[in-house]
Amino acid sequence: MAIFINENTSILIQGFTGRIGTFHAQEMIDYGSNVVGGVTPGKGGSTHLGRPVFNTVKGAVQETGAEASIVFVPPPFAADAIMEAADAGIRYCVCITDGIPAQDMIRVKRYMRRYKKEQRMILTGPNCAGTISPGKAMLGIMPGHIYMPGRVGIVGRSGTLGYEAAAQLKDLGIGVSTSVGIGGDPINGSSHRDILEHFENDPDTDAVLMIGEIGGPQEAEAGMWAKENMKKPVVAYIAGLSAPKGRRMGHAGAIVSAFGESAAEKVEILKGCGVSIAPTPSEMGATIAKVLQARKAA
Amino acid sequence: MDIHEYQAKELLSRFGVAVPRGGLAYSPEQAVYRANEIGGSKWAVKAQIHSGARGKAGGIKLCRTDNDIEEAAESLLGKRLVTVQTGPTGKLVSRLYIEEATDIDKEIYLSFVMDRAAERIVVVASAAGGMDIEEISHSRPDTLIKVQVDPAVGMQGFQAREVAFGLGIEPELISKMERTILGAYRAFRDLDATMVEINPLVITKQKNVVALDAKMSFDENALFRRPQIAELRDKSQEDPRETYASDRGLAYVGLDGDIGCIVNGAGLAMATLDMIKLAGGEPANFLDIGGGASPERVTKSFKAVLRDKNVKAILVNVFAGINRCDWVAKGVVDAVKELEIKMPIVVRLAGTNVEEGRRIIDTSGLTVISAESLADAAAKAVAAAKSAA
Repeated sequence: MAIFINENTSILIQGFTGRIGTFHAQEMIDYGSNVVGGVTPGKGGSTHLGRPVFNTVKGAVQETGAEASIVFVPPPFAADAIMEAADAGIRYCVCITDGIPAQDMIRVKRYMRRYKKEQRMILTGPNCAGTISPGKAMLGIMPGHIYMPGRVGIVGRSGTLGYEAAAQLKDLGIGVSTSVGIGGDPINGSSHRDILEHFENDPDTDAVLMIGEIGGPQEAEAGMWAKENMKKPVVAYIAGLSAPKGRRMGHAGAIVSAFGESAAEKVEILKGCGVSIAPTPSEMGATIAKVLQARKAA
Repeated sequence: MDIHEYQAKELLSRFGVAVPRGGLAYSPEQAVYRANEIGGSKWAVKAQIHSGARGKAGGIKLCRTDNDIEEAAESLLGKRLVTVQTGPTGKLVSRLYIEEATDIDKEIYLSFVMDRAAERIVVVASAAGGMDIEEISHSRPDTLIKVQVDPAVGMQGFQAREVAFGLGIEPELISKMERTILGAYRAFRDLDATMVEINPLVITKQKNVVALDAKMSFDENALFRRPQIAELRDKSQEDPRETYASDRGLAYVGLDGDIGCIVNGAGLAMATLDMIKLAGGEPANFLDIGGGASPERVTKSFKAVLRDKNVKAILVNVFAGINRCDWVAKGVVDAVKELEIKMPIVVRLAGTNVEEGRRIIDTSGLTVISAESLADAAAKAVAAAKSAA
């Protein structure tokens, strides 16, 4: 089953005809994702990569029945593109764009609250590598071949660290149900907690690997939620043990500015919530393997 | 991005926040001239550096005579001021702000931050002004007032008054306080700030509400639409290693160790630093080369890392997604040849086109150390740095 996307999910590309949109749209098509068209304002009516181009997301949804979209629109216009998707009835949206102003994201989150929870679009990102349900569909910019189909869910802020995890799992013969990037920005569409909830409810996921980092309250919040609500085991790695306080480590959100936001503090909080900790980034796969084995034995 | 106190005051005053009269000086002579221009009989000579806690570090001097001002200016200009926030190397004082002294009746703490849990701008205020926020949260948490702003409609007057009354401000000053709070909020919102801190905001004996100090930080992702803010950047306040890298589009943070790091992706870069630490080494820097790692970008990264003279070994760790390992490998080979690098280099490649990447490294004739995994790479880099030391 996987979460958010599968081989049938119909996908729109927002920012379809640009250089980056074109490159990744082709990669997604090659992977087998069901890309039904794209949106570039002003280029509606034309054809790109053998798919129709639309002026508006609403028009594209009406014509194609698209359920999901991926945003490659540049930072100044990305917030607008996300809100357009939400208004057009897109169910699941991934925003890849890095560099969106934080106040734009505050506005996007506020805007999305106009819709009742059941009708509200799910957004992951921005500033992420996207989502992949291995062997079914890819809605992102990751190298698809490193993900083996299977039953472990991955949620993480970082793209490349997520690749590292997927490769470690594959080396151990462990596959992935879905891997979801939530992005490195301080204000993002979905939190670790939100994604854990989807994995807990997914019959095809047995365990979850959560890859967090310094900054913000989301890892701790996810740990508390898991403690109260999850039956499936959660393994976590928190990057940034050596990050100095008050310095932004690449990601806009990777900065320790309050108590509980350092890697060491997050690890302590997560341990207290019963989450298994991968002690080093090279042991993410091995820690999952250990947890799965213990579960099988029980 | 951080700015200086005098710049923050100038911006805030445009939004209706009252600030003491003051002027900028680059020499002792100018400092005296500014004081005379401002008038009065008591002045504060304030070192302009990107750091708080300047007062405790001796960066703010109260003066009563021309002679005092000249001496104060002499003692500060051109020096590196070390505060609890700057680290041991301190920050260079190249400008002073000369300000009329204020008769303080009451000190208030007022700040605006982006609350990541609430996903809103939040006002934080306390009647225990003058102390920093960590101190207040620790010793006087009962005095903290927090109000969230709904981004759909912005901050409302009643919310500002709630803060003002909560601070115990006398009724005749409420409207001045409301104007100050709303003004600072608008500055935050309209200039894409990530932090505005006025500490202390003072009630003067003459019953005015005045920002005695001011700090502002800005969202770097929004600078494209705030050119007037981008202009306020002062590179003399930055780590020169970081200025060099950021001018070339690289995300770099200088650290104190001896293993230079070149990694793609912020998360993997942080994890690589963690791995080095756990293997018993010390990283010299964080560096994310970003998505499209062309050979030129790899060379640029080597140049940035090599500007740090403490570096004794370099670790390149790339998990190629959009990147291709062969490009990265070519970049490494080019950089080693062009820059005539003699120190040990450990390269770990994974992902797209990894075989071709490894072949380029192995057939280059260079003594580059290949690593298979993240753990292997860290162990080899730590060993290389130790033997080079």
